Amino acid sequence: MLPGLFANLKDCSTQSAFTLLPVVVNDCSRDGSAVLARSLGVNVLNLPSNLGIGGAVQTGIKYALSKGFDYCIQMDGDGQHPPAEFEKLISTAIKTGADVVIGSRFLTGEGFQSTFIRRLGIKYFHFLNRVLTGKSIHDITSGYRLLGEKAMKLAANYYPDDYPEPESLVFFSKHGLKIVEVPVTMHHRQGGKSSIGTFASVYYWVKVTAAMFYSYIRKQ
Amino acid sequence: MSRLQVLIIILNLLFLLYISRLIIKGRLREEYAFIWWISAVFLTIFSIWTKAQNEVSEFLGVTVPANLIFGGLIFLILIYLLHLSLVNSKLQRNVTKLTQEFAILKEQLERLSTGETEKSTSTENQS
Repeated sequence: MLPGLFANLKDCSTQSAFTLLPVVVNDCSRDGSAVLARSLGVNVLNLPSNLGIGGAVQTGIKYALSKGFDYCIQMDGDGQHPPAEFEKLISTAIKTGADVVIGSRFLTGEGFQSTFIRRLGIKYFHFLNRVLTGKSIHDITSGYRLLGEKAMKLAANYYPDDYPEPESLVFFSKHGLKIVEVPVTMHHRQGGKSSIGTFASVYYWVKVTAAMFYSYIRKQ
Repeated sequence: MSRLQVLIIILNLLFLLYISRLIIKGRLREEYAFIWWISAVFLTIFSIWTKAQNEVSEFLGVTVPANLIFGGLIFLILIYLLHLSLVNSKLQRNVTKLTQEFAILKEQLERLSTGETEKSTSTENQS
């Protein structure tokens, strides 16, 4: 599955009008994906100790900042997020001047829509975010998103450790960033397991609710 | 003074000496030694002034003096645990920062040594 994804990425980056630098963040995985990525000529950031999703994503953001990039796109490595859709994110960012662009699977209702329970959870966080920030972001847990320079700088300073997506959006809103959603088509994950199991989902619910709330009342 | 009292005072003094030794040798940071110092001094005071627990209990309105000791100690332990959680959070933040810097620097170093050129203006980041 990974070779396909990388090949796909490479195709996109050579065909695109933008200069792209694909980067894989390897959060201490020993399944050989880092070696594979490197052999395919993709840049790999190997974390020497496990940081969890937030720390890993933040590493990528810091890397993009250190290279002086204008935008940074976060994408799952399990094939859920088709690389071909990234042009939509970038062009939306350029057109609307948004600081954060979220690839949303719910705006048009095409492609993989996740399970009922998950959609319910996402609805809840959508509601909570609307209460806290007054903004309506439908696919609030989407991990396919673009950060502009302002958002990257904020995220380099502070990024939540686990389940970072909803909380970071509250954080970005509080700092007055412009957040825009754009419809993308997502797939089923083509390999690997979700980081959120049955028990973890309860923890997820409690943790993210608390995190969003604290993020909301925290001083800037 | 009872034998038990003398024994406890000697043990406390030894404890204080040991903590000092740990600090001098650089194995224990002063900020963490602080609470051990305080508790040793407290124990020493209480072992000299034996009526203390009765008098303080009466003053505070605690019926059974032993409960004062347990209550007080549990409270202290809770505060100390909170302190340790804070220390742990700080350590974790530092480790995260170090790990990220390390990974980025290592990647750059590897590319330098293989002599690859880089290009820039926009990035795709996958994790």
